[in-house]
Amino acid sequence: MPRRALNLIPHAVLILAILLFALPIWIAIAGSTQDSAAIARGEVSLVPNLSGLGVYRDVLVNGSAGAGPVWRALLVSAGMALAIAFGKIALSLPSAYAVTFFRFPFRMAAFWLIFLTLMLPVEVRLIPTFQVMSSLDLINSFTGLTIPLIASATATLLFRQTFLAVPDELVEAARIDGAGPLRFLRDILIPVSGANIAALFVILFVYGWNQYLWPLLVATDPRLDTVVISIVKMIGVDTATEWNKVMATAVLALIPPVAVVLLMQRWFVKGLTEGDK
Amino acid sequence: MERRTLFPGRLLPALLILPQLVLTVVFFLWPAVQAIKSSLEREDAFGTSTEFVGLDNFTDLFADPLYRAAIGRTVVFCACVTAVSMGVALVLAVLADTEIRGRAFYRTMLIWPYAVAPAMAAVLWVLMFHPQIGLVGAWLNRMGIAWDYKLDGTQAMALVILAAAWKQISYNFIFFLAGLQAIPKTIIEAARIDGARGLRRFRTILLPLLMPTVYFLLVVDLVYAAFDTFATVYAVNGGGPGQSTQTLVLKVYLDGVVNANVGASSAQSVVLMAGVIVLCALQFRFLGRKAVT
Amino acid sequence: MAGLKLDGLRKSFGSNAILKGVDLALADGEMLVIVGASGCGKSTLLRIVAGLETPTAGRVLIDGRDVTDLDPSARDIAMVFQNYALYPHMSVFENMAYGLKIRGLPRAEIRAKVDAASALLGLEALLERKPRQLSGGQRQRVAMGRAIVRDPKLFLFDEPLSNLDAKLRVQMRGEIRRLQRRLKVTSLYVTHDQVEAMTLGDRLLVMHQGVPVQLATPAEVFERPADTYVAGFIGSPAMNLLPGRLGRNGTRVTVAGTDIDLGSRRFDRPDGFPVVLGIRPEHVVLDAAGTTWPVEVVELLGSEMLVHAGRPGEASLTLRIANGTPVGDTIQVAFPAAQLHIFDQATGLRMEAREPAYGSTRPATP
Repeated sequence: MPRRALNLIPHAVLILAILLFALPIWIAIAGSTQDSAAIARGEVSLVPNLSGLGVYRDVLVNGSAGAGPVWRALLVSAGMALAIAFGKIALSLPSAYAVTFFRFPFRMAAFWLIFLTLMLPVEVRLIPTFQVMSSLDLINSFTGLTIPLIASATATLLFRQTFLAVPDELVEAARIDGAGPLRFLRDILIPVSGANIAALFVILFVYGWNQYLWPLLVATDPRLDTVVISIVKMIGVDTATEWNKVMATAVLALIPPVAVVLLMQRWFVKGLTEGDK
Repeated sequence: MERRTLFPGRLLPALLILPQLVLTVVFFLWPAVQAIKSSLEREDAFGTSTEFVGLDNFTDLFADPLYRAAIGRTVVFCACVTAVSMGVALVLAVLADTEIRGRAFYRTMLIWPYAVAPAMAAVLWVLMFHPQIGLVGAWLNRMGIAWDYKLDGTQAMALVILAAAWKQISYNFIFFLAGLQAIPKTIIEAARIDGARGLRRFRTILLPLLMPTVYFLLVVDLVYAAFDTFATVYAVNGGGPGQSTQTLVLKVYLDGVVNANVGASSAQSVVLMAGVIVLCALQFRFLGRKAVT
Repeated sequence: MAGLKLDGLRKSFGSNAILKGVDLALADGEMLVIVGASGCGKSTLLRIVAGLETPTAGRVLIDGRDVTDLDPSARDIAMVFQNYALYPHMSVFENMAYGLKIRGLPRAEIRAKVDAASALLGLEALLERKPRQLSGGQRQRVAMGRAIVRDPKLFLFDEPLSNLDAKLRVQMRGEIRRLQRRLKVTSLYVTHDQVEAMTLGDRLLVMHQGVPVQLATPAEVFERPADTYVAGFIGSPAMNLLPGRLGRNGTRVTVAGTDIDLGSRRFDRPDGFPVVLGIRPEHVVLDAAGTTWPVEVVELLGSEMLVHAGRPGEASLTLRIANGTPVGDTIQVAFPAAQLHIFDQATGLRMEAREPAYGSTRPATP
């Protein structure tokens, strides 16, 4: 085969992959604008019907069979994702700073304790964690939704990795300039780690937005339904599923995390691959 | 690895690390200890008293054919999800890494599914493969293939595997691409001059240099498939039809929350904990202690 | 202005002794260069003076005040790092001002000090730039500026030029020298580069494996190296070091079968005493009446050339001679008595002749 034609193969495969990746989303976008009954008959078209865009206003305000208005679910999701992302950063940054820049008794023990949480995903301690939450009277509260997910080792490890890569000379220069530990943290370390913090924010935002099992368990109050919970409830209604509304909600639920990942792509990819290893 | 330059003081670092430790103990360690404790206990039928039963919950668990079947099912599920997502991601990363135009565009278009929630992956695939309304599902039925994942366990399994793998391809792709781009260009050039081409170059040069990434992703993907896919599987069919897609994580939830059998569910939690610890230990072995120390 | 005194400094990491006892006194305004191969302990010494490292034993006195237990910021020192260690997110101005800001100086005073320092260094046009927008030489200047604005008692330089290319290094070397002379701040400068050491220092301290081996002016270190290590380390290409034996009542040395006259010098050792004869490549002369050496390689340097001669498995000899000198398969060389250095083979230490040698002049120490 001529060299030129051979060079087209990677493009062809990659374009095919992109189309396959995008197909489910496109189906949801196109389907959301069509008539629910037509979809239920299996007559979904891949061409969006622009006059059907009103469905988005409809689900936002009224929701769909099986779940409440989507605007509130989006708000809960956003609140949860932001609380988890900022909470984790606020908690992990100081603890990573402490284990990297200081020597204190039981430092390694504390570090291992935090590290251990990597081995305890919420799925393996589901019921006991639920019991702790109920004894703290945090069931069906926003606090209960977020707090147990805020403590985790991932962010601490990523920050530690970032901090270890800060050149010693920078710390020394700051010390000679007279900066104490808190001043160094505020004036030098946090600004210098800006890109990594941004990357971590993306990872944590997506993590928070995508939670399913924990909200399912701890928040039975429909007013605390996240958008992910809502949509699973919608498709679970077996008889009168309003398919166009399900699809519209799916699109709405995907926009924020996908937007965050794509907008912050550069930092996110760098932070993810440099930090995790 | 340690830093050369440190700050003096003990109180300040203790204060800085305290909040994280408190949450860790309250929401991670304490529940984990509780799980171990209640896995050794049994409640009577009315929930009024509990007694210590030693390893009885575990022997019961492993004697239960349903549980043993769930183990086998989980192994198959995890292996398939990992193999499919890593295989596809590797091929795409190798293609995207070659010196072709539009690399940045391809990368952007391939990483967005990272942002899709496991539950959303299920929803999107249901919308495609629903036997009546799904574009693909309805088409299969029109072609005379009896497709209904709500009735056919094997089809349900295939669907959850595909949905779970699809979502993870992006993550693997990001790491494979970064791993490939970290290989010094001079090594590739040396291999070219040595005459290694195409598949041979991939097999003898790129793949060995990529092995750390492969091991890393292997563990991450197994953990993902074992735990994070709860939402995917649960949203597709709730573990059904029958028990055909009931993986171990689903069983912990169904037995513990839905059927309120705390002892059995806790024993299952402890078994899963042991599983994660083994996976983490494997990762340690493969990657050295680099990630931690 | 102030002096620096080091008193019996030792540093060990576990059983690994990095510094094995260093005593040192710097006069007010003096520039002392610590030179040695990597791992000789020179950087550790500097870091102890800076307060970034705690000595295992010994004291550091700045201006007569014991600062051994003080924090770096309390020592009134400034340091220039090898990789500059500029704060990447701050502008040039902010980099220089940061230390003053922490000390709580009024804005106007900070502005004035930074302006003065940047005028001195030619940085006026760059004050709003970020470090990544600067060239290597400019970053180096900012690092200097950050040290200067503080008006410290002591400057510490940790290999500040080793990240620069050769041309810039020569230029910055001169600049550092001029600045230091002008500001008259006592300075400790660490480098592995012997040319840098020779050109910059009022005095040199040569370190080897945690021990100071010679403390003297550059000229004296070059002309009267204290031992074979210094002899081989200072000077490029390195001094020829040929093992031999004393003879004829300590007036001659036999090297590789050749008898070499030591001129008027006489060493008070028995005949056959093992020594090392040192001679710099530029001091070996071509002499038709001299001994014959086979030529191995000739390297052209430009106006000069290096001739590597020697007998395989035996002594080897390097000569630096004018370019264009005809060189055949062999050369005949002589070793002028006045340029010879004699070291004790067993200890490596320089041996002194009974009568003062006329070849090595001892310059006045400042």
